Amino acid sequence: MTNPAYQDDEHYVAPFSEDTQFGELKDSAPAAKYRPSVTGWFGILVVGFWILIAVLGPFVAPYGENDLPFPDAYSEFQVPQPGAWLGTDVEDRDVLSRLLFGAGRTLGISITATVMAYFLGVVLGIGAVVAGPRVDLILSRINDAFLSLPTIMLGLVVVAAVGSSIPVLILTAGFIYTTIVFRLARSIGMEIVVMDYVEAARARGEGLWWIVTREVWPNAALPLVSDFGLRLIVVILFISSLSFLGLGVQPPQADWGSMVRENLGALQYGASVVPVVAPALAIASLTVGINLIVDDVSAGAGGKLAKRM
Amino acid sequence: MQALIAKRLFIGLVTMLAVSIIIFLGTKILPGDAAQIRLGQSASAENLANLREKLGLDRPYYQQYLTWLGNFLSGDLGNSLSGDAPISGLIADRYKNTLIVSALTALIGVPISLALGIAAAMYPDSYLDRSVSMLSVVLVAAPEFFTATLLVMFFVLFLGLGSTIVSGSTEGMGLFALIGHFALPIATLCFVIASQMIRMSRAALLNVMASPYIEMAILKGLPRRRIILRHALLNAIGPIVNVVALNLAYLVTGVIVVEVYFSYQGLATLIVQGVQTRDYVMVQSLGMIFCAVYVVIMLIADIAAIMSNPRLRHPR
Repeated sequence: MTNPAYQDDEHYVAPFSEDTQFGELKDSAPAAKYRPSVTGWFGILVVGFWILIAVLGPFVAPYGENDLPFPDAYSEFQVPQPGAWLGTDVEDRDVLSRLLFGAGRTLGISITATVMAYFLGVVLGIGAVVAGPRVDLILSRINDAFLSLPTIMLGLVVVAAVGSSIPVLILTAGFIYTTIVFRLARSIGMEIVVMDYVEAARARGEGLWWIVTREVWPNAALPLVSDFGLRLIVVILFISSLSFLGLGVQPPQADWGSMVRENLGALQYGASVVPVVAPALAIASLTVGINLIVDDVSAGAGGKLAKRM
Repeated sequence: MQALIAKRLFIGLVTMLAVSIIIFLGTKILPGDAAQIRLGQSASAENLANLREKLGLDRPYYQQYLTWLGNFLSGDLGNSLSGDAPISGLIADRYKNTLIVSALTALIGVPISLALGIAAAMYPDSYLDRSVSMLSVVLVAAPEFFTATLLVMFFVLFLGLGSTIVSGSTEGMGLFALIGHFALPIATLCFVIASQMIRMSRAALLNVMASPYIEMAILKGLPRRRIILRHALLNAIGPIVNVVALNLAYLVTGVIVVEVYFSYQGLATLIVQGVQTRDYVMVQSLGMIFCAVYVVIMLIADIAAIMSNPRLRHPR
């Protein structure tokens, strides 16, 4: 199998000299390059758009998240019109503004929780591998118990116990998905730790810290980072589902999942469907966008990751 | 094989015990116990102490846990904190809807998705294969309420069929009447589980298709259809059953969202209501039921995988 990247002119390096780095050698593997396909670009465009909105949303929103565009009139579920470009919701508020405010909340909570899950999962997972069989056994058994529960049930139990707030949501989702990252990080670590180069480092007498940061982590990083996107999708769906059930972000704060729930009545009364469709479409486009990117990247990298979801 | 299955059953039992401990402790971390919730913030210390003694809340955790587990196993699920009604009665009123929707989803969704998955594997890179995998990339990542909204917009608002709320009694309905009654919830759940099942059953088949004995069959000149149906499918049954069980287990999550979306009464709406009113006795009991179903489905998946593997069935 020939790798087209080898044939590129840009990979041609002048003959070996004193200060040539290993990565510059002609025979070294080329730095991994991701060239998005059409669907990949589409995903990047959509996700980039939502990240931009998440950051800028509150500044460009025409109204505050609880302001009424038509304060003088009875204006529940108005159709889109000048002054309220996506219409109004069940409590007469501007749907567009709430969507813009909700973007930061939905994305912010999900990304923070995913990062937390990754940090804990990777530290514990690789820690379990290098700390030896006894620690590994204890951590893995505890992890298996949590993994055998439906995630939404864990979420419901926690919310029932301590109530719902944004920090609780982040911690809950973070801990729940730590279990999955732990398993992944552990299995990748297991493969790596038996490699000859780790053994060589041990034989050299390197310490635990050195082995983890210099030998195990660089080799585990790529598969873990690629899995991050899939995990992010699952966390966004988890948070949105909790909010949709009325157990996530609490009113009057706007969040995409809770917006769908608040405005479900619009479908029943035959009023404007935009207040329901807009937030549902926002979540779907975001998660599908991420999925398209992950699919595209993993297709380029051999296509194994998409199956793990 | 018996030993393997016995071992798996034992692990399942241990898992259920661990799950019960997690759920019990999870609902114990809340500030204020059952007595506090029932009597309110202004209750006198004496009344609180009396009720705690009556409910056994003054005893150590492990004793409380064992009593709770014992009662649960003997069918006494306790009384709900709000309203003081026995939880088993509340469940008896509502379990039917949840069961009917899940069962019908499995009945309709599984054969269709497996047929599509097998067809996609039979003709890889055909239009069918490409459109099915494109659709599943989209559906697999979209939330249930998005799929439900699309279905409602198309069927109810555009075609004028059915209604956005599922209501009314299902007493005495036949199979087809039930399917009609719950058409939209079932369709939503079918879409959600189908995308995964199609993708994974196709992958499982293509995986088997890469093995040498299939190559042999191809070299013999057998048509692809026959190779798939007669040779590959039998060896893909294990992974496929696994895929089916995984997705049916996912119904535990999906059914909650769908029940709330179409606002009909079922176990899922009951647990959501329990969480909203912070009725932790109800959450404990229903949580245990949902988790038990989940664990049992997973168990069936593993046992099916063991039994469909000829090497395990006929050990040398």
